Amino acid sequence: MKPSEKQAYLEEYELLKKKGKPFFPYAVMKDSVMALIVVGVIIAMSILLGAEQGPKADPTTTTYVPRPEWYFFFLFEVLRVIKPPELVPLATIGIPTICMVLLLLLPFYDRGPERRPERRPLATTAGILTILAMGYLTYAGAVAGSPTEIDMKVAPQYKAGSEVVAGSGCLACHKLGENGNNGPGPELTHIGARIPRAAILRSIEIGPSIMPSFRELPKEKLNELADFLSSLH
Amino acid sequence: MPKLADLLVPAPLRKTPKPGEAGVPKTPAPQDLKTSPPERPTDLGRFGEKALEAPMESVAWIDQRMAASGFLTGMLFRKVPKGTNWFYTLGSATLFAFIVQAVTGVFLAMFYTPSTTQAYSSIAHINNDVFLGQFVHGMHKWGASVMVILIFLHMGRTFFFGAYKYPRELNWVIGVVLLILTMTMAFTGYLLPFDQRSYWASIVGININGTGPIVGPYLSDFLRAGPEVGATTLSRFYAIHMLLVPGAIIALIGAHLYLVVKLGTTAPPWTKADKPRIAEPTTLLDAGVAGNGYHPNGTGTIAGVQIDGHGGDGTATA
Repeated sequence: MKPSEKQAYLEEYELLKKKGKPFFPYAVMKDSVMALIVVGVIIAMSILLGAEQGPKADPTTTTYVPRPEWYFFFLFEVLRVIKPPELVPLATIGIPTICMVLLLLLPFYDRGPERRPERRPLATTAGILTILAMGYLTYAGAVAGSPTEIDMKVAPQYKAGSEVVAGSGCLACHKLGENGNNGPGPELTHIGARIPRAAILRSIEIGPSIMPSFRELPKEKLNELADFLSSLH
Repeated sequence: MPKLADLLVPAPLRKTPKPGEAGVPKTPAPQDLKTSPPERPTDLGRFGEKALEAPMESVAWIDQRMAASGFLTGMLFRKVPKGTNWFYTLGSATLFAFIVQAVTGVFLAMFYTPSTTQAYSSIAHINNDVFLGQFVHGMHKWGASVMVILIFLHMGRTFFFGAYKYPRELNWVIGVVLLILTMTMAFTGYLLPFDQRSYWASIVGININGTGPIVGPYLSDFLRAGPEVGATTLSRFYAIHMLLVPGAIIALIGAHLYLVVKLGTTAPPWTKADKPRIAEPTTLLDAGVAGNGYHPNGTGTIAGVQIDGHGGDGTATA
């Protein structure tokens, strides 16, 4: 902004202020209504959704699928999407840091005098795209990391078994196609071709070596699980 | 019948309706011209009179020492520009959500123990035994989400309305720091209940920090406070969540609000000021008051000559 534009803005603003109303009570009235809505929403959420505790933190568990709170899903998803190890630092700290610096310094590189969004096409488009990207990443993070879904083609008769795999935390130690961690457990992508169904079922029940036992699962779920895993060729 | 809101504005700041507008007779009604009867002296005695003056005197005593009344009236009765709408309540709504977090957080802190052995059971105690415990815990938990949503909405409004531009650049920078601090609160608070969810989410978060370039490993070491997430991590997160970040947030909210009052809130970018018409007594009065005596920066209390164009009560306002 040139000095003349700054001066023009201040003069225009002074006029707008003269035409305005006192902060108290007019703005205060609106703020108070909004404050009541905010506290009402918080109270309603507290009553309806509660604050149930999960199971106690257990550092030795291997079956828990870690998930962040929803407002960090977008970061979580950036990390999940960018797989090559040499790009991971860029995804986790690089991109958020660059975005934060860009956000912090916004008034120093966007110095034009125009304030109406429809006359700032670049800024407005960038803003809308950022919102869409964060919205999409949050949604994708919420859906993709869901412990009850596996991102792969599963025949309908094995669908139930794949949900047991996802819900039981197998992917914390086993890789399954594009899902899950590679290790410490062996990859499950073609497990059905290597091990017969009965042996799979026995492994799940006993929990060989460091693998925990899943004996407590209902009989029916164990069978679905074994059916699904032995179908993986 | 004047609206309640209009009655709360002090007389010198009130917009006087022009003669001929709705509700205002063109000529003064006859009863207005009569002088009001002199007030009947009330017989309270000396003690009663003193008692009546006491509140005013104590306020005056405080103000003599603080000299805050000028700033407070300036802040309270400063004019907000024409066109101010509901989008402009998002900032104060965020502040209010923060106050809810602060108050509920104080009550939770009365019962919470930040140790790996007792954290989980103290939350269970809050949820199951303490009067309204789960309700307050729920307000704190969901209030965090509400505050995060509101701060993003407030930032979106500021961005699309171009409100970060001259002369409010510094306030935008403070706002972005407040956003980062709010996310830090959300992250550090998440570990405190110490259930599976919070424990593993914090490990993911700390590991994400650890993969960053250069400072990443140091940052995750600092957060973890040891080889693995444990007792020292919990007390470190607790201190950050309870002392460090709230203190910084309160200080920065103070600076943010100071700048809001000092610079004024923006008008929506579509609002245009009509050029002022000259020699209209009512607008002159408005202009005089808004420009001088009640401006929060306190400059020029005698710079403007008050012109009283109403021929009414004849009070000087500067």
